[in-house]
Amino acid sequence: MRAIDFKLLREVWKQRGQMLSIGAVVAVGIMTVLTMRGTYESLVASQEVYYRDARFPDIWASLERAPESLRRRIEEIPGVARVGTRVAFSATLDVPSVEAPASGQFVSVPEANRPPLADLTLKTGRYVAPGRRNEVIVSENFALANDFIPGDTLQAVINGRYRDLEIVGTAISPEHTYAVPPGALYPDDERYGIVWMSREALGPATDMEGAFNNVVLTLSRGANADQVLADLDRLLEPYGGLGAYTREDQPSHAILQQELEQNRTQGTVIPAVFLLVAAFLLNIVLGRMIAIQRTEIAVLKAFGYRNAEVGWHYLTFALVAVMAGTLAGIALGIWTGRAMTQLYGEFFDFPTLRYELRWGLVAIAVGISALAAGVGAMGAVRRAVGLPPAEAMRPEPPASFKAGIFERVGLGRLLPAAGRMILRNVERTPARSLFSSIGVAFSVAILVIGLFMFDGVAYMMDLQFRVAQREDLALTFNRPVSSSVRHDLATLSGVTLVEPYRAVPVRLRAGHRERETAIIGTEPGARLRQIVTTGGGTRPVPPEGLLMSAFLADQLELAVGDPVTVEVLEGSRRTTPVPVAGVVEDFIGVAAYMDLGALHQLAHGARSISGAYLAVEPEARDALNAELKELPVVASVASPAQMLESFETQLEEGLLIGVFFILGFSSVISVAVIYNGARVSLSERGRELASLRVLGFSRREVAVLLLGEQGLTTLLGIPLGWGLGYLLAAGVSAGLQTEAYRIPLIISPSTFAWATGVTLVAALVSGLIVRRRLDRMNLIDVLKTRE
Amino acid sequence: MTYSPASSRADIVFRARDVSKVYTMGEVEVHALRSVDLDLYAGELLVLLGASGSGKSTFLNILGGLDTPTSGHVFYRDQELSAASERELTRYRRQHVGFVFQFYNLIPSLTARENVALVTDIADDPMPADEALELVDLGNRADHFPAQLSGGEQQRVAIARAVAKQPSVLLCDEPTGALDLETGKLVLGVLERVNREVGTTTAIITHNTAIGSLGDRVVRMSSGEIAEQTRNAARAALDAIEW
Repeated sequence: MRAIDFKLLREVWKQRGQMLSIGAVVAVGIMTVLTMRGTYESLVASQEVYYRDARFPDIWASLERAPESLRRRIEEIPGVARVGTRVAFSATLDVPSVEAPASGQFVSVPEANRPPLADLTLKTGRYVAPGRRNEVIVSENFALANDFIPGDTLQAVINGRYRDLEIVGTAISPEHTYAVPPGALYPDDERYGIVWMSREALGPATDMEGAFNNVVLTLSRGANADQVLADLDRLLEPYGGLGAYTREDQPSHAILQQELEQNRTQGTVIPAVFLLVAAFLLNIVLGRMIAIQRTEIAVLKAFGYRNAEVGWHYLTFALVAVMAGTLAGIALGIWTGRAMTQLYGEFFDFPTLRYELRWGLVAIAVGISALAAGVGAMGAVRRAVGLPPAEAMRPEPPASFKAGIFERVGLGRLLPAAGRMILRNVERTPARSLFSSIGVAFSVAILVIGLFMFDGVAYMMDLQFRVAQREDLALTFNRPVSSSVRHDLATLSGVTLVEPYRAVPVRLRAGHRERETAIIGTEPGARLRQIVTTGGGTRPVPPEGLLMSAFLADQLELAVGDPVTVEVLEGSRRTTPVPVAGVVEDFIGVAAYMDLGALHQLAHGARSISGAYLAVEPEARDALNAELKELPVVASVASPAQMLESFETQLEEGLLIGVFFILGFSSVISVAVIYNGARVSLSERGRELASLRVLGFSRREVAVLLLGEQGLTTLLGIPLGWGLGYLLAAGVSAGLQTEAYRIPLIISPSTFAWATGVTLVAALVSGLIVRRRLDRMNLIDVLKTRE
Repeated sequence: MTYSPASSRADIVFRARDVSKVYTMGEVEVHALRSVDLDLYAGELLVLLGASGSGKSTFLNILGGLDTPTSGHVFYRDQELSAASERELTRYRRQHVGFVFQFYNLIPSLTARENVALVTDIADDPMPADEALELVDLGNRADHFPAQLSGGEQQRVAIARAVAKQPSVLLCDEPTGALDLETGKLVLGVLERVNREVGTTTAIITHNTAIGSLGDRVVRMSSGEIAEQTRNAARAALDAIEW
């Protein structure tokens, strides 16, 4: 080892606090790359393998009923590779351990062999046996939530008939990696499951012998998906086709994609912020170090060290801090990446989901952090290299001070001498002070944006469950039912109010844009279900025309008053122009609403209803549940209170983990910025402060002079951080405008308070660490040292 | 008029002709050197005398390749320093020059031996660091850090560092400026001995007239010009010097 390497090692050790704090910032950056990007890549890789092995379809379509012979014609559509026809129904399940009726999505599987598309992956037990008509396979999470094991039995009301089913296996399917009940946002594994039953059993049970009501297909290479969709829709139309869709609109796939996209974005944005902060810190720390070492640099040069050698020497300081941080970040990143992937495994059902560290990703991480070190060190190293040796031999000229703007306008006189000193120091190095404030602002902003997610979701859920969904139970029927059923429902135990609704599947067209959705019709003056705006208000359903979600209106490029062509996808299948009567800024789903009477007219035909919302007396709930479990027409029973509960449990888990990381991330930045800022000031002003101590200033007074500067930059940084946090939150809110939900830009005062409090504590801790150093400063030594 | 190296005498190490240096400090121009002509001969011990601001440090820095003149020509043997690029000056310093500074300028984070090694690491034909320390009678202090050494010891480490590379010239800027009489004498003794025993061409800058008698030749500078040159018949003994 060369002598200059000893110099490096000893000086790194001497500045270990600063090196460590910069390394920590880098470590967090690298950790997030490996966690977010690594998880993203692992999920994508698992997804790819899974989709291929399980033959995940490209296109789905539901219809009323078509003879199996239609299958041949679907296979003949150009671009179609493989076709699977199925029978799919939802039905009420009686789960003994759950009081309320659960609902099952029944999907048929061939008895003789495995499904041609969307194959199951058995987790326990076996596949259904030929001829055994009561055997079913249930989705793994549903089984786990209800402690089902193969051999257990399950009761279901299929097509109005009570059936005893025997569970022979549990399985997962690529169509249900994220199993969300219809109309919900989150899985509810206790009350919603997928049930696979043999076609030979399910067909007769649902009057679908020799027929199908669901078709999936894969495309051949190079096929035109849009053309296939159009051909398929045309083919299925006479059979009650409800509109074919691609993976993009397949619920499980869409949610998974959205989650993946979020990881990819976070895996880029967060590390960028951290590496930027690290680069800035390296810049000030190395800049100061080079100022202190002017004469040492001069000596090195006088003795013939080349510029490249001197530059490399100082660059290695940055590299040591950054590479140590990178190594720690890689280790941490692998650890959290594994944990995160495991967490995803709990939400998304994959047959194999392992965190796979791609070395290419590590190489990229090392590369970008080296780049950050280089960028951060560049200015300082350039100064070191550019220092003419003869000039460097002379001590640095005293820092030039002048009265800043604050004093020039005469406000300085209001301040005590200490205040003026602090102010002048801030004003003397405006760029550094500004960047320190920006660093603090980032720390505040990370907290704001992290906590905002919970604010937004909590606000959304509060409105959803307190204002929008005020029913105690929401029933969906397994087929359209005469509206007279409301009178039967009203006689059930404890029911105090019944509000029927109708959901009509439609295709909305405006110009060349179209999309499939459902129009929900409710009665005027309905109280149990209301349409809530993001502001918290409610919107009545207009007597005429459509009220639609602003998200949907944007997609179709529609404004109030515009006509939209509504193609009803059931019964009469009429196409009628309907005016847009209103647009509502809401945050869940992409619904369109209509007055129930107007919807009946539009759909033409029987005035049937699809479900009903019930208000129920609490004490009668058990009795009602028992009665509902026996009602053949009921396909599902949802309880907003239970949905809220399951959602809150999930949120709390997420909140704990999330807050832990956010607090950590933010503190790493604020401590690093403030600590390094104070250390640099201490090294610049050590002599000045020691002189003051000799003149009789107390330790406290001297500490105020030193830390006042950091305090000022922190106080300036905090409101800056509120603003930055708000802007970033607005960006996140805008980026999370999905069909499923749109997180409103709501930031509670407590979020700002927390962000401020945490940053202040971090600032205080950093200040105390430096204060200890200041207290231990040997006055005589400092004064003797020639700067 | 041009100065071709071919016309120089074989034992001339440095030739400075018409060398001027102007610093611009803010709006003021400072003439640190005004048209200086001087030769340095192989093996000689030259003492440059002058008050602070007389230009002696500037001249030494130019000879050492740390600075370049604003006008004029400086040759080190066949190499024109005044026309050399920064890269060439670095190589020149690396191969030929040993520096000793008033404030020692040791690297505080390195021990005495490591401070010497800092230079021997990059020299072509250095003497071992320990040998250099022996030469200045500090063999027993090799593992001490600068903070653990007295001023005189630090300056002797600095001299060891300067001579360890076996330089062609040794340039010393106020080597005793920060030292008391006795320590200063010790340091000068070391410099004198290295010059005598190794034969290194040595230039010592000082504002202390008494030191002049130690050298083979004394050049007195004033206001950036050479005011007087005297050649001593014999170097004075160290003990005879008082200040």
